[in-house]
Amino acid sequence: MLARRIIPCLDCDLAVPQGRVVKGIEFKQIRYAGVPWELATRYYEEGADEITFLDITASSDRRDTMFNVIRTTAKNVFVPLAVGGGIKSVDDVRSVFKAGADKVTVNTTALKRPEIITEIADEYGSQACVVAIDAKRRDAPGEDRISIPTPQGDSWFECSFYGGREFTGVDAIAWAMKAEELGAGEILLTSMDRDGTYDGFDLPLTDAICKRVRIPVIASGGCGNAEHIFEVFSKTGASAALAASIFHYNEWGVDEVKSYLAEKGIHVRI
Amino acid sequence: MTIAVVDYGVGNLFSIYNALERIEAQPELVTEPEGLAGYEGVVVPGVGSFGRCMRRLSRFEGVLSEALDEGTPILGICVGMQVLFDRSEESPEEGLGWISGDVIRLPNSVLVPQMGWNTLSIKKEVEILEGIGEEDFFYFVHSYHCVPKDRSVLAATTDYGLELAAAVSRDNLFAVQFHPEKSGQKGLKILENFVRLARC
Repeated sequence: MLARRIIPCLDCDLAVPQGRVVKGIEFKQIRYAGVPWELATRYYEEGADEITFLDITASSDRRDTMFNVIRTTAKNVFVPLAVGGGIKSVDDVRSVFKAGADKVTVNTTALKRPEIITEIADEYGSQACVVAIDAKRRDAPGEDRISIPTPQGDSWFECSFYGGREFTGVDAIAWAMKAEELGAGEILLTSMDRDGTYDGFDLPLTDAICKRVRIPVIASGGCGNAEHIFEVFSKTGASAALAASIFHYNEWGVDEVKSYLAEKGIHVRI
Repeated sequence: MTIAVVDYGVGNLFSIYNALERIEAQPELVTEPEGLAGYEGVVVPGVGSFGRCMRRLSRFEGVLSEALDEGTPILGICVGMQVLFDRSEESPEEGLGWISGDVIRLPNSVLVPQMGWNTLSIKKEVEILEGIGEEDFFYFVHSYHCVPKDRSVLAATTDYGLELAAAVSRDNLFAVQFHPEKSGQKGLKILENFVRLARC
């Protein structure tokens, strides 16, 4: 039986030579967490099922730093590596793969030019193309929105791009379905309302998207402890849970999270 | 001599290269058919669609056949396993046909692709799976799966709501649907087994 996956996520600031892992709260208030490849290696040894790097600087002059981060990591870490941030073309995908990545995550470019999803899927297969959605809850759903019940009342969710700095007006649930149609192999769904808060995943949003697509969904945003991961796995169809802060600041080891889940009957790789 | 990784212009060979390097297999990426002679073992990776892989792999068909006949251990990975079969529902191109059977799409009853870690059910004792148990997990990513006509080639299957071929072997031909290069220590163990076979 397929195991649920635990994916540590490294938000990388590449403005320093080796790069550094940082983590914000609700996409702001950034704090420093460590050296990317060192953290990645630690998580691999603890049993991470996959590792995601997101370049939050995402400016082209820092790309070489990202390549170095991936290259160094790929020599020591033998689980899938996903890389996102600043991917604008299939050429960018090629260079990231050359450095040793296995998947790319696209957000801003896919919203601006959805065909890139199909281009990546054609060249490297759907499995290599993860569409990342940063979703923000909105009140007062209109007729053209997919509305779902939440503790705050009926809501719709809006896609953000440029690392949470701008909003698109695009309905996140509809966009997930569209991304699947275009060839995405996976959805990385981040709740902007929960990101960095330690309040737990956005279960209604995650559930709503899992029920509408037939590709794996990675739940992200808000993980504060292993119980939150248990919750998202027992109450939604999420295939994987992504977390950052709880791992970076030594609150939980990946192995501890997995033992906790296994004891509560969740099928994980140990 | 060393291990050749057939670099026929599909997908991403750096992961397999890194993994082979880690286990000191001295891998070399081989981009031309004439360069493929004389290796101890040959790895055939594969990513993307079956048809695209076959179109690009076809110029290697002759040299790969020769290597197979000469007894050189060959390891197919992922779509590199699927191309060993007769045909695939994914594309009209014919496969290599070294193992008789079809490659068919995963049913709609399951999430497609199967993406993630799954365990094996061992069907026969083969050297390539030495040291591997049924509690060990391997990383799978695929939308199609192989259905061999002769089930005796099955070395291991995996349970994804239905039983899928995970590893096949026949004489010096081996193939796995999962990615040993992305399956942690146990994946490296399978590559080590392959390299050991290639060297003896």
